[in-house]
Amino acid sequence: MIDKSIIQRWRARVGQRDVLAQIAVAVALFLAVYWLIDNVVSNLERQNVASGFGFFNERAGFGINQTLINYSEDSSYGRVLMVGLLNTLLVSVIGIALASLLGFFIGIGRLSQNWLINRLALVYIEIFRNVPLLLQIMFWYFGVLRNLPSPRNSFTAGDVVFFNNRGLILPAIEAGPGAIWYGLALLAGIAAVFWFKRRAKQARFVAGEILPVWRPVALVLVVALMMAFLLAGVPFSLEIPVLRGFNFRGGISVIPEFVALVLALSLYTASFIAEIVRAGIQSVDKGQREAAAALGLSNTQALNLVLVPQALRVIIPPLTSQYLNLTKNSSLAVAIAYPDIVSVFAGTTLTQVGQAVEIILVTMLIYLSLSLLTSFIMNWYNARVALAGGSHG
Amino acid sequence: MKMLSYKFRVFVVVICACVFSQGAVAAETLSIVKKRGHMQCGVSQGLPGFSNPDDKGNWVGMDVDICRAVAAAVFGDDTKVKFTPLSAKERFTALQSGEVDMLARNTTWSMHRDTALGVDFTGVNYYDGQGFMVRKELGITNSLELDGASLCTNLGTTTELNAADYFRTNNMEYEIVAFEKADEAVAAYNTGRCDAYTTDQSALYAQRLKLTEPGAHIVLPQIISKEPLGPVVRQGDNQWGDIVRWSHFAMVNAEELGVTSKNVDTMKTNKNPAIRRLLGVDGTFGTNMGISNDWAYNIIRTVGNYAETFERNVGKSTPLGIARGVNALWTQGGLQYAPPVR
Repeated sequence: MIDKSIIQRWRARVGQRDVLAQIAVAVALFLAVYWLIDNVVSNLERQNVASGFGFFNERAGFGINQTLINYSEDSSYGRVLMVGLLNTLLVSVIGIALASLLGFFIGIGRLSQNWLINRLALVYIEIFRNVPLLLQIMFWYFGVLRNLPSPRNSFTAGDVVFFNNRGLILPAIEAGPGAIWYGLALLAGIAAVFWFKRRAKQARFVAGEILPVWRPVALVLVVALMMAFLLAGVPFSLEIPVLRGFNFRGGISVIPEFVALVLALSLYTASFIAEIVRAGIQSVDKGQREAAAALGLSNTQALNLVLVPQALRVIIPPLTSQYLNLTKNSSLAVAIAYPDIVSVFAGTTLTQVGQAVEIILVTMLIYLSLSLLTSFIMNWYNARVALAGGSHG
Repeated sequence: MKMLSYKFRVFVVVICACVFSQGAVAAETLSIVKKRGHMQCGVSQGLPGFSNPDDKGNWVGMDVDICRAVAAAVFGDDTKVKFTPLSAKERFTALQSGEVDMLARNTTWSMHRDTALGVDFTGVNYYDGQGFMVRKELGITNSLELDGASLCTNLGTTTELNAADYFRTNNMEYEIVAFEKADEAVAAYNTGRCDAYTTDQSALYAQRLKLTEPGAHIVLPQIISKEPLGPVVRQGDNQWGDIVRWSHFAMVNAEELGVTSKNVDTMKTNKNPAIRRLLGVDGTFGTNMGISNDWAYNIIRTVGNYAETFERNVGKSTPLGIARGVNALWTQGGLQYAPPVR
């Protein structure tokens, strides 16, 4: 009888029970993590493996062919990590932008009434999402590389831009001290975008007027640039690449590994994004489009103001996963010698230093941080569009 | 708990063989091999001239011949050996764990490997060095003319460091393009992505065979590093180490004494005491190592002397077409030198 009353009382205290259960789980998790770390440390000690992060300051001694920051063989392994991380970020950011753009258009094409566009989009999606990414990377790298000329026989545009099997070689723009005025002019243009947009929005809500945005912005930008020209003249000079010996010297070179990787990553991911976009647009009730038309909105206005904002609520969460995938997939770069973080840090650095645990741990932490950061940004954006959408949010 | 710790160890070992630097010492390799009935030899995953399966699936090459020689010394039968193809990362772990009895895998003898991995190098069956391969049409004959070149190579090897040191020392610019697998590095060089492919010179000759037009490429004569390649055994089993070491020396001594697989039977009656000791007619050199006294006779009869294995696998008449160079006998200006059987 006593037992029964205890159970009954226990059952009644739902809140306390939940708190206790959570504490128990938290303690178990803490112990598990503690045990794991302890196990690693004692294993390393037992096997006399060097540990710690002292190697970060040691001289790396090897070369890297794409560095966004200053790097030489005398730089440290810590610098190698930064170079690799920036290369990973570069390929991810550009890949995400291209994949989103392409995926959006193909997703819309998939819904087109035009039979040809519709089928083409379908064929694209089925081809690119069903072929393994590594094969696609190899295809773009070796398939395209094979057909490019040597530096001596480069494709060229006006002897300023060159394209060959060493990559795309562009002239470098060198800015003089007066360039600051042009920077200010651009800032003025950006400020104008915000200001005129806000004004147009207010006018729309208050008076129902549609005010122009882009024409006044262009005017502001042109005036600002002209003032910069009067103040500073032309403070820019071009460093034209020249062929000396085996390769072009000077200018900026975009290596073929980068091009192949960005192509493969964005084409592959775009096929998934296209399906997400299609699903998002199809999720918006047909009545919404009809209501927009009944209100007298043009097709573009209906798309921009009614359909896309509602579709975005469905699109954003799975889109975030695709962005995370693209970033992580960029580690396949190692197959075609693109110097990303896995190649230069978890590859060359690891074999030279031999401290696998530290290096793999750091690499995993970096990928984790990148993913969390992406999720954070996308969730923030999602909260914004969800709010704007109203009740569905 | 045990399981996780084991998995963790495997994970580390795969990446970094040095974990087992104090690996188990097995002093009874010879008796294990004899009981098993065959020797297990770790070789490369396919490097023409050194260890590569032929069109019938049989392993051939200079490294393979060392394995066969050891089998001949132990069993009197060079076919009593099985081959385990190993990647560069796996090789030392496979040896330390006893999966193979010896390694003959174009492995560079370096101080770090000899002193920190719990293994011993028994000698040098091929003196190698890092070199460059370029297209003939470039008209280059010296690696010092490579200023500004793009180099294809293998990721995470000493090759990357050697190249960086060489170009910087000589005030030359370069671009390094490092691939995780040798096949991709060669393919990229083949498409023209790089002006030169750089790795051990012997491997350059071997990889050249995989190019669409091998004749359009030359291996530059300059060498920028020392890469002595040799067989490896577990540290701590000196008897087994002796057998592997002297199997190589027997082949070098046989060349020096003019003993070949063709004349070895008639040589047995030769008056030269050095030949008589080598072939086991005099002395107890075999039984001192725990094997039969005709150990070297069996090696030379089935595998041949050093010159024979060199010419058969990598020499002038083979597709690799490598000259003896530093691998000639010491009596002919080379480095191959074997202590006497005495």
